[in-house]
Amino acid sequence: MIAELGHFALIIAFVLSLGQATVPLVGAQKGWVDWMRLGTPAAVAQFVAIAISFACLTYSFVVSDFSVKLVADNSNSLKPMLYKVTGVWGNHEGSMLLWVLILALFGGMVAVFGGNLPAGLKARTLAIQGMIGAAFIAFILWTSNPFWRMFPVPADGRDLNPLLQDPGLAFHPPFLYLGYVGLSITYSFAIAALIEGRVDASWARWVRPWTLLAWLNLTIGIALGSWWAYYELGWGGWWFWDPVENASFMPWLIAAALLHSAIVVEKRQTLKSWTILLAIFAFSLSLIGTFIVRSGVITSVHAFASDPTRGVFILWMLVIAIGGGLALYAWRAPQMRAEGVFAPVSREGGLILNNLLLTVSCAVVFIGTLAPLFREMYDGQKISVGAPFFDATFTPFMILLAIALPLGAILPWKRGDLSKAGKKMIKASVVVFLIMALIWGLSADRSPLAPIGIALAAWVIFGVVVELADRSKLGKAPVSETLRRLVNLPRADWGKSVAHAGFGATIFGIAAVSAWEVEDIRLAAPGDVIEIGGYEVQFDGVRAVPGPNYQADIGRFTVYKDGEVDTVVFPEKRFYPVQRTPTTEAGIHSGITRDIYVVLGDPMDGGVQWAVRTYVKPYANWIWLGSIIMALGGIISLTDTRYRVGAVKRAKQKAPPSAVATPAE
Amino acid sequence: MRWLLIALSLAIASPAFAVQPDEILDDPELEARARDISKDLRCLVCRNENIDDSHASLARDLRLLVRERLVAGDTDDEVYDYVVDRYGEFVLLNPRLTGSNLIIWLSGPALLIIGGALAYSFIRRRPTEALAARPAGLSDEEAKRLAELTKD
Repeated sequence: MIAELGHFALIIAFVLSLGQATVPLVGAQKGWVDWMRLGTPAAVAQFVAIAISFACLTYSFVVSDFSVKLVADNSNSLKPMLYKVTGVWGNHEGSMLLWVLILALFGGMVAVFGGNLPAGLKARTLAIQGMIGAAFIAFILWTSNPFWRMFPVPADGRDLNPLLQDPGLAFHPPFLYLGYVGLSITYSFAIAALIEGRVDASWARWVRPWTLLAWLNLTIGIALGSWWAYYELGWGGWWFWDPVENASFMPWLIAAALLHSAIVVEKRQTLKSWTILLAIFAFSLSLIGTFIVRSGVITSVHAFASDPTRGVFILWMLVIAIGGGLALYAWRAPQMRAEGVFAPVSREGGLILNNLLLTVSCAVVFIGTLAPLFREMYDGQKISVGAPFFDATFTPFMILLAIALPLGAILPWKRGDLSKAGKKMIKASVVVFLIMALIWGLSADRSPLAPIGIALAAWVIFGVVVELADRSKLGKAPVSETLRRLVNLPRADWGKSVAHAGFGATIFGIAAVSAWEVEDIRLAAPGDVIEIGGYEVQFDGVRAVPGPNYQADIGRFTVYKDGEVDTVVFPEKRFYPVQRTPTTEAGIHSGITRDIYVVLGDPMDGGVQWAVRTYVKPYANWIWLGSIIMALGGIISLTDTRYRVGAVKRAKQKAPPSAVATPAE
Repeated sequence: MRWLLIALSLAIASPAFAVQPDEILDDPELEARARDISKDLRCLVCRNENIDDSHASLARDLRLLVRERLVAGDTDDEVYDYVVDRYGEFVLLNPRLTGSNLIIWLSGPALLIIGGALAYSFIRRRPTEALAARPAGLSDEEAKRLAELTKD
């Protein structure tokens, strides 16, 4: 009964989305206010209907209703409650329902919080959002319905893939979807602006917070996925350049570019058509990502579905959304005029360089990810494009980006002076070079990886410090004045500084762990001591322990530093009988300066010896810490009063008194 | 798809352990080279996993093969050639810098140069054009309102 209710609510949502897609759009074209206003209740009602539908599916999972085929295929009565709930989106059908739930959530948020939007823009934006919703709900209803029953009802379910039974991966999809489905709003805003034929500073101001919200959730989602891969998939790799990872990384890169170009539109009235194009690309890449993951066109660990009818359906959505968007762009964009004039060396110039590097690096990932597919279609030849290729071709762009970032960030608008900017950074660059020389001098292998990577990280972080010091007149004004200036800096500027510092921290983590990781592989018997990276790791033994829905062999390793006990870690080998799958759970002791990472392998010689892998991974956590700081920067920026709901209205009310005040002076 | 299923069932039947202690060569220099080569070779029955990380038994065979060739005195390039002769280019995670692969390798730098040139010409071209044109489609009142809206 509950499943049927969910199914019915989804059908209602489909009908509502059709109404939302057409009525406000017609109203906006004809100037019928009543019709335009209908977008708001339709978007809210659509969200409520999908939320009910999602709640019904969740209920079926929670009570283990195995008469619902999806539950029987992906759940099990013994599974812990957390994974019964997160199992809702641990499969194709459920994750698509989560997709449309978040799509409708964003539509609903624009409907509710978009009170200050011009009626026409709001109506058109909601209509476009309705079209995307209608397409995806149709996709679920006709190709991926999660509510089908099965008969006879099985006694128990087939359980969720054990790799997914993990807190990191449980919360990875919701954040990821908040990110890349959230970009649908920027797309809808861009298409609405193209239909209206005008893009101005206020448009950029309305779009930026939505982009920011999507981008920061995508940042958290990608970081969670990477962290999960680090501790779950085996040897502590944190990025594999897997097509599925790339699918989420490409929209992230473009969203980051979009955030920066929208600033130029807002402040300087230029780069308008480019910003619109980025908005179209960002969501297009989200759709392409969905296609890659959901169609199974490039199979990987994450790809659950491989039914071609689904792939073809998504492909058509891609063609219409991307092709339609670009056609509209080609028709309308030439009408947009850039106004602000600026020199190549200026903040605008710096932001253009940022956009160039981010979009080209995204193109590199795109080409590398899809090359095997195109090559096979072209001449049937199978090739692979993997991590070594991306490391070699993607990294240079990030190095250029990190070098340019501090300089671009302190350049003034319109016209800057590179030597002046250089002078501000002179102390920082001396320190950076000293750090580089020191690390290079101390290194045993004379590899450039650590010196360059860490110097870059320091350069980016010092850049943030120099900019803040410069803006607060540190050392040039009394301390109280400096503090006052720091406190009065707009939140958006604080957000920028924090996010850039986070980027620096991530570079540091990546460079340090790539250059300084040490590894030990051996057969060890209980009592053996492994000396590694200044630690002594003693293998105490292994015991068998039953888990809730698995059996485990848990090893115990005591880690000594300078003869004292530093920590104890417990790596596990698990076996999930329902899915007949083994997994390894590394024993990790996380720290700010290093992770101790121990993996228990198979027993040898009848359990006398065990294969053991031990790693010391310096500063590994900085990779995710930096990502979280980046997302935090986004949150701080979002709280800026300029982006708050109604900010534009308030500014308008304030304007008259100041206009009166000017002539009085 | 069938080979994938076979591979999966093999992997489940014999859960091995990436590089196993018994595979490691006595000569640390040769072993380091073997590890580096292994990171560039794809485990043929896995998805996007190199043989150094892979649990599959086929990956183990390849790891042993690489070490065998190195011990026999092959250079790194000879090892790659040997493996490609037997398994095809699909085995290389780092596509070779030849033929149509050049497109994949060179598109990044090429796009950077083209994009840079376009961006530069956009910045340079703008002053005269912007001076000639008034903000398009905006009445005086709208322009004033816009100025108010964008004021910080």
